[in-house]
Amino acid sequence: MQTSKTHISRRSFFRSTAVVGGGMLLGFNWLTACRSDKELNQITAPPSDWFEMNAFIKIADNGMVTIQAPNPEIGQNVRTSMPMIVAEELGVSWEMVRVEQAPLDTIRFTHQVAGGSQSIRKGWEGLRKAGATARTMLITAAAMRWGADPATCTTRNGVVYGPNNDALTYAELATEAASLDIPEEVSLKDYEDFTIIGTDVGNVDIDAIITGQPLYGLDFTREGMIYAAILHPPAFGLALDEIDDAETRKVNGVLDVVQFGNTLAVTGTSTWAVFKGKKALRATWKEVAPLESTAEHDTRMRELLDTPSKGPLRLDGDVTKAFQSADIVLERTYEAPFLPHNTMEPMNFFADVREDGVELIGPTQTPAAAHRDVAALLGRDESEISVVMTRQGGGFGRRLYNDFTEEAAMISSLTGKPVKLVYSREDDMTAGKYRVASKYKVRAAIQNGSVTGYHLTEASINSHMYGLIPNFFPAGSIPNLRIDAHALPSAITTGAWRAPYTNVLAFAEQTFFDELAEQLGRDPIEWRLELLEEAIPAAEQDERIEYSPSRMQGAIRLVAEKSNWGNAPDGIFQGFSAYYSHNTHVAEVAEVALEGDTPVLKRIICAIDCGIVINPQAARNQCQGGIVDAIGHALYGTFSFSKGRPSAENFDRYRLIRMEDVPQIEIHFVASKEAPTGLGEPPFPPAAPAFANALYKATRQRYYALPFTPAAAERPAF
Amino acid sequence: MSIYSLNVNGQPFEVHADPDTPLLWILRDHLELFGTKYGCGIGQCGVCTVHLNGTAIRSCTYPVSGVGQSHITTIEGLSENGTHPVQKAWKQHDVPQCGYCQAGQIMTAAAFLDNTPHPTEEEIASAMDGVLCRCGTYCRIREAVQTAAQLSK
Repeated sequence: MQTSKTHISRRSFFRSTAVVGGGMLLGFNWLTACRSDKELNQITAPPSDWFEMNAFIKIADNGMVTIQAPNPEIGQNVRTSMPMIVAEELGVSWEMVRVEQAPLDTIRFTHQVAGGSQSIRKGWEGLRKAGATARTMLITAAAMRWGADPATCTTRNGVVYGPNNDALTYAELATEAASLDIPEEVSLKDYEDFTIIGTDVGNVDIDAIITGQPLYGLDFTREGMIYAAILHPPAFGLALDEIDDAETRKVNGVLDVVQFGNTLAVTGTSTWAVFKGKKALRATWKEVAPLESTAEHDTRMRELLDTPSKGPLRLDGDVTKAFQSADIVLERTYEAPFLPHNTMEPMNFFADVREDGVELIGPTQTPAAAHRDVAALLGRDESEISVVMTRQGGGFGRRLYNDFTEEAAMISSLTGKPVKLVYSREDDMTAGKYRVASKYKVRAAIQNGSVTGYHLTEASINSHMYGLIPNFFPAGSIPNLRIDAHALPSAITTGAWRAPYTNVLAFAEQTFFDELAEQLGRDPIEWRLELLEEAIPAAEQDERIEYSPSRMQGAIRLVAEKSNWGNAPDGIFQGFSAYYSHNTHVAEVAEVALEGDTPVLKRIICAIDCGIVINPQAARNQCQGGIVDAIGHALYGTFSFSKGRPSAENFDRYRLIRMEDVPQIEIHFVASKEAPTGLGEPPFPPAAPAFANALYKATRQRYYALPFTPAAAERPAF
Repeated sequence: MSIYSLNVNGQPFEVHADPDTPLLWILRDHLELFGTKYGCGIGQCGVCTVHLNGTAIRSCTYPVSGVGQSHITTIEGLSENGTHPVQKAWKQHDVPQCGYCQAGQIMTAAAFLDNTPHPTEEEIASAMDGVLCRCGTYCRIREAVQTAAQLSK
């Protein structure tokens, strides 16, 4: 047992209780909990009373435990894995747990954002303490009844056991425990004592999903609700000039056409009515800013790659000297396009703006920002606004932005009605917050058979790599190193897209290192392990280096073992890549076979160090998904702008990966007792470079651009 | 506006709608059967798949005026309590991530297995190729369809 301060003051605890009241359960009945009411009724009578223990947990007088999952669910499985952590420390069996979506409360839930693969990492301590706090209070209540020392009591499956064969259930103790002082210190379980963490637990929403229950924002409905479709300018740089809505108003079911800024909304009595009404709108647009094209971006970004930035993001040693005294300089340029997010559930939100308050219900990765931004937009006090998160049909970064939430609020405000705004796929793909298009120039100085200098320059749209990314590998392993970055301002809206920056940076860097290994005549894995060995002392001295060279070595050794690296059967060509991002270390080997002249991706073996694995079955799913996503976009993800207009609006002209292209994917976790880190993003960045490196082995063709379209493959290295 | 008498999941419904209204929106907005999802509106992504007399169709491009006396089955009507072999297999393999496309995946797999009870891997890939999953749960879908074929025996 480890002892840990709770940092939960008595006052904040009681404030939470008061906030919760009793109404909190009722507001969310439409979101199906982990077990249907019918199923619960089969287990035991419905609870007659609920006792609030702390912010995340309720224990009923029938022993049922309700845990509120505090983070938005976008498919990362946090609605299952986060309550598992609470239940573990609470000392109950998973069968007695039901899970609810917690409403937005920025005071109680400090990290209520689904982004950057941080939910589990940041929730780990707090969730454990929450469970342990409740457990400690239940033990104290039992010990008081028995007149025993709490230290002599233990818990198992919702029962406190005392020194004299005494036993009391949590249900029997809940009322007394609720009135006790919050302990200032609690004990956390040792890794060896975990009974829930590390086991395969099914998705708590599985029954609702496979039977088609309403869970998502798009499924929300309410008496008196109207629908809205939206019309944005068709190109970046255009603004609304004139509108003719006569035909729209003739469409059956259309109620109104409203305008705000450069946006038009059609409201009506059904989704189809507003979609039809929108098609009938005649709007003309005027040019208010230059209409940008990808071709111009490309030219300007290439110029930036040859320009030193004002200050490098990282500078070690004397890079100029290293290149001057090099025997060989290897230089390559890599590029990748804009990408739309294309969550399968298009953007949508419900808003009801009334005099007595504002209700917002729907899919967002950043509910606190939605709360704040809508308050500012409508000039309302934040206390008048409530945000309820629904399950979300994918996020990938798109729902970090609340443009559609604000639009829904504006439409409700203008029409005075509760409204559900629904984006068509075309709206979703054209008014995006695209992945930044980017280019990288990478140079290496080689002297006496080793790499003495490394210089990477990034040029990307609107913003450049951030935070500690410039200090990822190879920082620490090459003595003279410089990272430059440029942002090219654009009117095209861009944003976070699964593994921001690193989803392309890893492709550039890890294919470059494969080429470097070949140049040096080294095995890529053997050489990488050596470079990481050299980085160990540097990582100890330099706090900007947050990746652990030794943990990365562990992941690489595991992938080498599991892929039987270097001993692939005849006709199988292996490619290697390793990348650290979002606090997780990942190594992958891709295997390509030639079928005739056609290279086919057969298998990807992934070794990952994410610390303790909470729910291995869900974790494997998440890793496989990230790899599939990366392979799909490496094969097909192409998107560009011409005169401000996007190249595709729907799936007829935008290809996503489908089943036939999906290889066998094996996931192996590095055994670890370290605190857990996230999995939503880290498996993605190394997949495309591993694939490219395997393709090279099979075809002797290097790839310098994403996606690996034939056109990209034909381009020479420059 | 016209009146249509529909048979959905074995129950009769009467709806007032324009003839060109896609079945998808009849199901969702008129009947409040939200299990069938909207993804693209042009029959490309497959998340709106339902059965029309047992055949998988894209409800987002199928006008209500074309339904006639046909029997429509949605994910809500595939089985009484989620006990169809495909649903059981989906649960066993814990397939979903975000889950949004899964009704379309399940309905596609169910219709496919009705016609192809002993599918090969290639047949599964080809049959399921029409339904997009942005989360990339394809590995599990592949396994779950195989399991469902076993459970159907």
